Amino acid sequence: MTTLQPPVAAGRRPSRPPSRRSRRSWAGWGFIGPFVTVFALVFLAPLAYSIYLSLFREQLIGGTTFVGLDNYQQALRDEQFWAALARVSLFLAVQVPIMLGIALLVALALDSGRLYGKDFFRISVFLPYAVPAVVASLMWGFMYGSRFGLVGDINAALGVSLPDPLSPGLVLASIGNIVTWEFVGYNMLIFYSALRVIPHSLYEAAQIDGAGQWRVIAAIKLPAIRGALVIATIFSIIGSFQLFNEPAILQKLAPNAITTDYTPNYYTYSLSFSGQQHNYSATVAIVMGLITMVVAYAVQLRGMRKGA
Amino acid sequence: MPKRSRRLLRGTGLLCALVLGASACGGSDDDNSSRKPVGSGDLQAALKKGGTVTVWAWEPTLKQVEADFEKKYPKVDVKLVNAGTNNDQYKALQNAISAKKGVPDVAQIEYYALGQYALTESVTDLTPFGADKLGDSYSPGPWNSVKSGDGIYGLPMDSGPMALFYNKKVFDKYEIAVPTTWDEYVEAGRKLHEANPKAYITSDVGDAGLTTSLLWQAGSRPYEVDGTKVGIDFTDTGARKYTHTWQKLIDEKLVAPVVGWSDDWYKGLGDGTIATLPIGAWMPANFASGVKGAAGDWRVAPLPQWTKGAGASAENGGSSLALPALGKNKELAYAFIEYANSGDGVRTRIKGGAFPATTKDLKSKAFQDTEFPYFGGQKANKIFAESAANVPADWKYLPYQVYANSIFNDTVGKAYVSRTPLAKGIESWQEASVEYGTEQGFTVEK
Repeated sequence: MTTLQPPVAAGRRPSRPPSRRSRRSWAGWGFIGPFVTVFALVFLAPLAYSIYLSLFREQLIGGTTFVGLDNYQQALRDEQFWAALARVSLFLAVQVPIMLGIALLVALALDSGRLYGKDFFRISVFLPYAVPAVVASLMWGFMYGSRFGLVGDINAALGVSLPDPLSPGLVLASIGNIVTWEFVGYNMLIFYSALRVIPHSLYEAAQIDGAGQWRVIAAIKLPAIRGALVIATIFSIIGSFQLFNEPAILQKLAPNAITTDYTPNYYTYSLSFSGQQHNYSATVAIVMGLITMVVAYAVQLRGMRKGA
Repeated sequence: MPKRSRRLLRGTGLLCALVLGASACGGSDDDNSSRKPVGSGDLQAALKKGGTVTVWAWEPTLKQVEADFEKKYPKVDVKLVNAGTNNDQYKALQNAISAKKGVPDVAQIEYYALGQYALTESVTDLTPFGADKLGDSYSPGPWNSVKSGDGIYGLPMDSGPMALFYNKKVFDKYEIAVPTTWDEYVEAGRKLHEANPKAYITSDVGDAGLTTSLLWQAGSRPYEVDGTKVGIDFTDTGARKYTHTWQKLIDEKLVAPVVGWSDDWYKGLGDGTIATLPIGAWMPANFASGVKGAAGDWRVAPLPQWTKGAGASAENGGSSLALPALGKNKELAYAFIEYANSGDGVRTRIKGGAFPATTKDLKSKAFQDTEFPYFGGQKANKIFAESAANVPADWKYLPYQVYANSIFNDTVGKAYVSRTPLAKGIESWQEASVEYGTEQGFTVEK
């Protein structure tokens, strides 16, 4: 900043130091002001308001009372909340490795340069990401229909009886299928761009040493994109914990398989909009936010430590 | 703009003077002043004076009523807003009430949801406006639904006395007699499903509205409400009759696992794989618009009975127009809902296809003789009107029925997809409803 000052200003410096200092600090605010304002409005204010809300309890009978941390105690004992958390954790443990595995394979295949029609392949894998989650869920929901949907058509055409994808036992896997379909392309793109920046001299050196394709992948490519892998994993963890659109849409088709407390986010939504329990809903949201932060941070620490 | 707001201010002041104590402008709560009646002279004066009435409703026939009303009272401007259908509208209304901003003067509220608003005094008691004198003109079911304690919290707009809609073509094809009892209904279901494994007597995946209606008909009275004291008990004989019979339908897979109002559902109604619908009398318009292909196939019969020859019925759906407590222009608002739900507006709405709650119109020859081309020229209103007269009036909904219904599939729904018995599912629905009520400050007894 100082280097950009015109010489005239430099000459004045000794005579009016206080006003100059204040002008400089205002200029700084001018630059970060828009960001700080937006940040405060869309991030800090809602967060502060949620925390404020979580300290009260509003009842149909008796109105609003200050309850301190009672809502948090209730959340810690809330079986519905923990069951929902367990459900998304299971989802996370199964769906995320599958999705990231497929994305990695596709990215490596693209990067290998041996794929025919590479650009077409890349865009078609990425395309589902451009479909809004709500539309994707509706579309898949229709295909899952075992009476008039695609599954129903297959049943009718082949005379078979496929298991109902929207039954309570299978619906989580069906949601996993939708989410995988949606986000494989997105993760593939992260991995692929990380692979593209690896210097080619490394490959040449490996070739001279007599390393095959698989050796190159294991020894060069994977370690080089570890950062991207960690980032994609963290995004996926956050995404899994925030699972909402897909179950909320499918709930209309399978009301008995997907309960109103199916995922933590859907639970907070139901609490707030069906039960008028805004305060408790805010509490659950904050607890869930904290858990997500802790898990994501732990994964990041672990992922980066290995890399170092 | 300033002129307008000044006029608005003056108008509001005048209204406050007029309805002072009726509840609008923060009058004292003691009985003498808060029950001060508003004469019809006051209503006429307000109509002459004019003003704006904002109405949140999704009922389609109100559009014509709005036009007629404005023609009759040129100084009154009715603003009809569709703020969403049922739950969406309640969410918007609840938000407006919480924010104390943007609350409409009139809101459409279904009977099952009205209790919650009445209890929290979010809607105005209409007794001081003379609503108590209208009791005799309404059928007992809807009228009882708008009462809570001593107050009357809305005027019944329409009603849904139940009937059995059945696909005559399917029944004729498989030579099945139209059931008159629920036992015969199960039998008909068996016969139909055996003859055609793709066909079901009806579809059901668990619907709180249908269950409460059938309990109502069976004589069960699970909900007791006395102010903030609430009783929830699903163990009476009526409830047992219902679970016993419906369990057979579920166990033998006689009901199609198709969600109501879905594409599959409409298709099923159209192609005969869903052969009957026990539902409210407001259904014909939906048949005509949603199941066009099956015109002429369907007929209407009285609802099957739990005891042979009993002749009991129940309400399914139906809504009222109420005045939110924070709304303005109470006089005008009341004048409007009286016109729409008790006065000339009722005839307009019947013409538009609505099913009224007023006995005079239900009994009128023109209404009863209406032939429905969709039902092969059947005079279906006769059956509906008879059903309306047979609805027991002593049914009560919970003061938080909207929430209770929202968790119906979490609890009772299990019976449809697992080995949980229906009775067990209803038991957990009861528990969850008790728990929520207690959390919300009610005194709840099981």
